[in-house]
Amino acid sequence: MSFVSRGFRGRRRDSDADPGRVPPGQYVTDDFPVLSAGPTPHTPFDEWTFSIVDGDERKTWTWEEFRALPSETVTVDVHCVTRWSKLDTTWEGVSVDTLLDEVETEAPYALAFCDGGYTTNLPIADVTDGKAWVAFAYDGEPLDPEHGGPARLLVPHLYFWKSAKWIRGLALREEDEPGFWETYGYHIYGDPWREQRYSGD
Amino acid sequence: MAGATVLGRLTWQVATVDEVVEETPRVRTIVLAIPDWPGHRAGQHLDVRLTAEDGYRAEREYSIASAPGEPVAITVERLEDGEVSPYLCDELRPGDGLELRGPIGGYFVWDSRDGGPLLLVAGGSGVVPLRAMIRHRQRSGGKVPVRLLYSSRTLEDVIYRAELDQLGDDIEVVHTLTREQPTGWTGYARRVDAALLGEVAWPADDGVRAFVCGPTSFVEAVADGLVQLGYSPGRVKTERFGATGR
Amino acid sequence: MQALDGNAIGGLLIEVFGAEMTTATGTCAHCGAVAQVAELVVYLEAPGTVVRCRSCESVVMVVVDKRGIKCVDLRGLDKLERA
Repeated sequence: MSFVSRGFRGRRRDSDADPGRVPPGQYVTDDFPVLSAGPTPHTPFDEWTFSIVDGDERKTWTWEEFRALPSETVTVDVHCVTRWSKLDTTWEGVSVDTLLDEVETEAPYALAFCDGGYTTNLPIADVTDGKAWVAFAYDGEPLDPEHGGPARLLVPHLYFWKSAKWIRGLALREEDEPGFWETYGYHIYGDPWREQRYSGD
Repeated sequence: MAGATVLGRLTWQVATVDEVVEETPRVRTIVLAIPDWPGHRAGQHLDVRLTAEDGYRAEREYSIASAPGEPVAITVERLEDGEVSPYLCDELRPGDGLELRGPIGGYFVWDSRDGGPLLLVAGGSGVVPLRAMIRHRQRSGGKVPVRLLYSSRTLEDVIYRAELDQLGDDIEVVHTLTREQPTGWTGYARRVDAALLGEVAWPADDGVRAFVCGPTSFVEAVADGLVQLGYSPGRVKTERFGATGR
Repeated sequence: MQALDGNAIGGLLIEVFGAEMTTATGTCAHCGAVAQVAELVVYLEAPGTVVRCRSCESVVMVVVDKRGIKCVDLRGLDKLERA
């Protein structure tokens, strides 16, 4: 029986949340912790682009072009592999379906690439059919650089490290190539409901 | 030498809180009784671990505020939205257990045989490990000239104020109060900048050892400033505390 | 959250290497810069601890805690020598 610190509770953990919404091993928080593996990039809007890269082909949107695309507001639960979950978070973004509609591809996988060099890999099936967005606003406000602004990927059904901050594009791939955290030991897929935190889980 | 960092496995152990001292409205010193303490060096720190009933854990680091040979103490600043510091500052009381491991650190340390002169530059709670160095210097019959440049928001926020006021003439303490100064204050009243450093720092010289501790942005500005003044980078040791604590 | 330095992972490195490592010198595999571990840039608030070269920002070390087992990746370093 390890030592327990008398009277210590830690960050407010909401134990009233509907357990059906909380994956195994997670706790619900009101905060929005900032987790980062490097310095916060600050790309000016007039330099920002989003691209879908398929071999030699590339489809690119400038910030204006990106913001002119149809967008939607969604309310989703997010789950970080460090064990915190945040319920009912509201985002505004462009569905990845909308972006992929402009490209003809059979590629089964994508590697999200970002300012600062961060990458993460996902099956195309997990970013289509209304499962993913490139989000530019959180809680009604433009996305803060600390939280991934100008835009981040949002893939709520997977652990939040897959919702890549500072995203600049998706490179379409034939193979499922491990991205940053996947290379360092995190799970290649990352389903919070099967508690796929680390490779081998 | 006695007090060197223990090599090999570093184990967690439960210490007992002996005494708490309210240093300022936001800062508390916690004096500990640690059963198997191998001794420590001035500048080293402890890792502290808190565990809730449901197994939830949080871990932080705190610099040791006391000199080698004195009872081990840490000084903790209560952070606004902190998770650990409010517990340590408000809830923890004498008799409670505190799980820790240490001592840790081999870079940001000063032993009296290292000599000087010493230039110590502190931003806020960055003064803690530097105070351990000063106390060690006093306890070891110190002759090394010491100058402490200490940046705080207000006079009320100055940690160890009475102790620092009573040091001998061979230890100069220069305060700067960045947010608010008492009436009649004739000291510095701004953030440490190149000009202020230039006026306070020892002239760059082979013998001077500088230790800079505080928030990351403070440490980087000061370290750059000292290098601009001619300090050799190898003689400027830095320890960054996050803006929101470690 | 601001970046810290190698002092912040002193305890973690003793756990991993069995020795005090903040005075060890690391050589960045990307740019060749040589620095003491205490002077490297450390990001603690992440799914893992990420250590970067102060000169070129490349990742030099990553430590992931996999349910209590610390996994260290040192591919970003050409050399790591104890003092």
